Amino acid sequence: MGAPLIGARVERKEDYRFLTGAGQYTDDVELPRQSYAAFVRSPHAHAVIKKISMVKAKASAGVLAIYTGEDFAAAKLGGLPCGWLITDVNGQPMKEPPHPCLAQGKVRYVGDQVAIVVAETQAQARDAAELVEVDYEVLPAVVDGSKATAKDAPQLHEGAPDNTCYVWAIGDKAATDAAFAKAAHVTRLDLINNRLIPNAIEPRVANGSYSRADDSYTLYVASQNPHVERLLMTAFVMGLPEHKVRVVSQDVGGGFGSKIYLYAEDVAVTWASKQVNRPVKWTSDRSEAFLTDAHGRDHHTIAELAMDKDGHFLGMRVKTTANVGAYLSTFASCVPTILYATLLAGQYKTPVIHCEVTAVFTNTTPVDAYRGAGRPEATYVVERLVETAAREMKIDPADIRRRNFITAFPYQTPVALMYDIGDYNATMDAAQKLGDVAGYPARKKASEAKGKLRGLGYAAYIEACGIAPSAVAGALGARAGLFEAGEVRVHPTGSVTVFTGSHSHGQGHETTFAQVVADRLGMPIENVDIVHGDTSKVLFGMGTYGSRSIAVGGTAIVKALDKVIAKGKKIAAHLMEAAESDVVFENGAYTVAGTDKKKMFGEVAFAAYVPHNYPHDKLEPGLNENAFYDPANFTFPAGTYVCEVEVDPETGVVKIEKFTAVDDFGNIINPMIVEGQVHGGLTQGIGQALTEGCQYDASGQLLTGSFMDYCLPRASDVPFYQVDTRVTACTHNPLGVKGCGEAGAIGAPAALMNAITDALGVKDMPMPATPQTVWRTLKNKKAA
Amino acid sequence: MAVKVSLKVNGKSVSAEVEERTLLVTVIRENLRLTGTHVGCDTAQCGACTVSMNGKAVKSCSMLAMQAEGADVMTIEGVAKPDGTLHPMQAAFKEHHGLQCGFCTPGMVMNAIDYAKHHPDPTEEQIREALEGNLCRCTGYHNIVKAIGAGARAMAAGK
Repeated sequence: MGAPLIGARVERKEDYRFLTGAGQYTDDVELPRQSYAAFVRSPHAHAVIKKISMVKAKASAGVLAIYTGEDFAAAKLGGLPCGWLITDVNGQPMKEPPHPCLAQGKVRYVGDQVAIVVAETQAQARDAAELVEVDYEVLPAVVDGSKATAKDAPQLHEGAPDNTCYVWAIGDKAATDAAFAKAAHVTRLDLINNRLIPNAIEPRVANGSYSRADDSYTLYVASQNPHVERLLMTAFVMGLPEHKVRVVSQDVGGGFGSKIYLYAEDVAVTWASKQVNRPVKWTSDRSEAFLTDAHGRDHHTIAELAMDKDGHFLGMRVKTTANVGAYLSTFASCVPTILYATLLAGQYKTPVIHCEVTAVFTNTTPVDAYRGAGRPEATYVVERLVETAAREMKIDPADIRRRNFITAFPYQTPVALMYDIGDYNATMDAAQKLGDVAGYPARKKASEAKGKLRGLGYAAYIEACGIAPSAVAGALGARAGLFEAGEVRVHPTGSVTVFTGSHSHGQGHETTFAQVVADRLGMPIENVDIVHGDTSKVLFGMGTYGSRSIAVGGTAIVKALDKVIAKGKKIAAHLMEAAESDVVFENGAYTVAGTDKKKMFGEVAFAAYVPHNYPHDKLEPGLNENAFYDPANFTFPAGTYVCEVEVDPETGVVKIEKFTAVDDFGNIINPMIVEGQVHGGLTQGIGQALTEGCQYDASGQLLTGSFMDYCLPRASDVPFYQVDTRVTACTHNPLGVKGCGEAGAIGAPAALMNAITDALGVKDMPMPATPQTVWRTLKNKKAA
Repeated sequence: MAVKVSLKVNGKSVSAEVEERTLLVTVIRENLRLTGTHVGCDTAQCGACTVSMNGKAVKSCSMLAMQAEGADVMTIEGVAKPDGTLHPMQAAFKEHHGLQCGFCTPGMVMNAIDYAKHHPDPTEEQIREALEGNLCRCTGYHNIVKAIGAGARAMAAGK
């Protein structure tokens, strides 16, 4: 047996196919007798559909069928469900207006689906969609969340007065107000968390196929959670039994949250495939992706931090308006509540916190979880407040954090979460050292000598990952369980196929999970394959989001491995004529303590499938085990980021000079993959702070609707990162892991904006800090 | 109106009957079923569709198939050796973890190979500039930049 695989920088098993063009993404799936769909979409943000004329479109070349909302209503297709019920401050359920797959009488955002056109080729479908004539009566629109509840604001839904989905609160308001009453200093910020458009480079694709032979459907879809997609689609929308629907998501080109949800197009192509009795494929173009992939963030928050004279935090008060867009997307309701307000304690022992969240409907694309989902918004609030407080009180920003760090675990926060473990001083120490904070004054001086401004900012973030204990999630309103499933199938010759309900869309599960399995079974990694993304192969799954794959999905596999090893022990005991209690499994072999008796794992597997000499009275043949794992708690990755920027006051250009990230993800299986996750997360966080910002005009037209207008960070916008980790092992899963997928996107915006505001000498400025915004901020500061 | 286009793809002569408006990437993906070349946008920004045409990296989503008449095109499927051994640039991406979801990867590799032919020992800054036409949402570019530097040096060393 070689060196341990857990903790090793193992090159990825999936890379060969991706590097040679052999990946199988959903658009690569071409079925016999394939037909193609295009959607007619609303060009208006808010309008009544007066009439739809399809005469010209139906006569267009290659058209097979056109369906509108009327057809869907006649077929009794349900609307798209929301998976999380939030109960408001008055104990009432949130408002859940219908979310039809194709518009029923009214459209509520630009891009809203009006009709599906099915044709022989993609070009013919798109041509015909152009010929569908829709007569609209345009209505006034509201796009700004903070204006949605105004008395004269246009109303989107009959069942949601004042465009309000819910007003929800957490924490002890009276105790928080009392803390503010005795504060020596209060820091207050009015913050916008800018709306983002996820933009996985692979656009969404759905290819539905119906078989009359057995009355079943197969949906190939770019999804992060095919089983959840199937459950939502069958049980809530189409009224089909689950065993008649197979959902396949093989290789998926990035998700970042945007491919968690059940989308209207997925339902429409699946349903249409039965009507036309041919497979129907829809491939989103990038313009459609901008308009219809669920967006992220879009909070307006007023936040206050109360302190004593020494900078000890006494209380925090937060009021947020969350713009959820035109309809509730699949998990939209829990993002600005359960995944946001519960994180407002951050890494600090703030004794009392109160947060009130108003979720509002607007004539914009639905907003849902995007990398970090609520936790970046919480971190932005906490870490901008803390840094600003330090400046106002003239305390070093690292020191004010250290004064308030939680140091004893487990720790019950005033906002529901129980942190199991962490060491925030360790990550802070390491980040300061790696980022050479001690050398900062000299670097600042050097920048100033060049006529540049230099700033340094911290963010000490925490996140709740490994989502989630089902019982806790259920008590908080989740309408689904949040466990994960895994199956370990040992083959007669001892190699292993593992089926996981987690889904990889870039994370490298085929490698990370194989490292865990090969390590536990003491076999070469080449003998282990991981299978995911097909409901007909994987027994069940809740999918990948919330940095949950290794902590929940990985643990399910470990539980199944434990069962395999335990059964193997019984077989080995029989083969070696020893008592089971004397048999030990180590480094891929069963041995009997105190003897030289030994059976390799492969020999035991062979005996299980060729059971000539086998304890038939005690055991079934075969070696195949599965496990469902429901975590005992969230995991709590945390870390410190330090960002250093240089700003050119003449042009407003911000250059990131250094970005240091020290994270505590618990134990690490593959450091190479973990670093890659951090690099990617940081870049998305930097994108939010520096280059990305979704903009609508007042009428609800999306102004940032292409890569020419919405600036994804390019290679020249970001530096080489300095990343490192510190480890406190998670206390409640066997691998001691916490998850690493979202951290970068959670911590980076606050660190970067703290650095930029430090450089400019201003209290706040909006994201993204584009050169124009920076330049204007400096100009306004001078004028003031 | 259908037109016939004839070209060489990965060393093989091919032809297809297509509408005049058909893009080169459509012929590659749909007619030839070479699905390693991807489409990530509709404004020639993301670079996922990059192929080599007559030795130069081009975006196959922003040219008509007819413009490739008689051309010698190489797609990602033609980059590794016939026995499956990775090209040095592909090997560098694997070694340096320069890919995650893999969707932008073929375009990145095609662009990087063309770039490295003319820049055998590029600096970090040069590589970042050279990636102006390729978007990646997963890696933060960190490991792509490292991979391209290493791949370029490996190519120059004739590995």
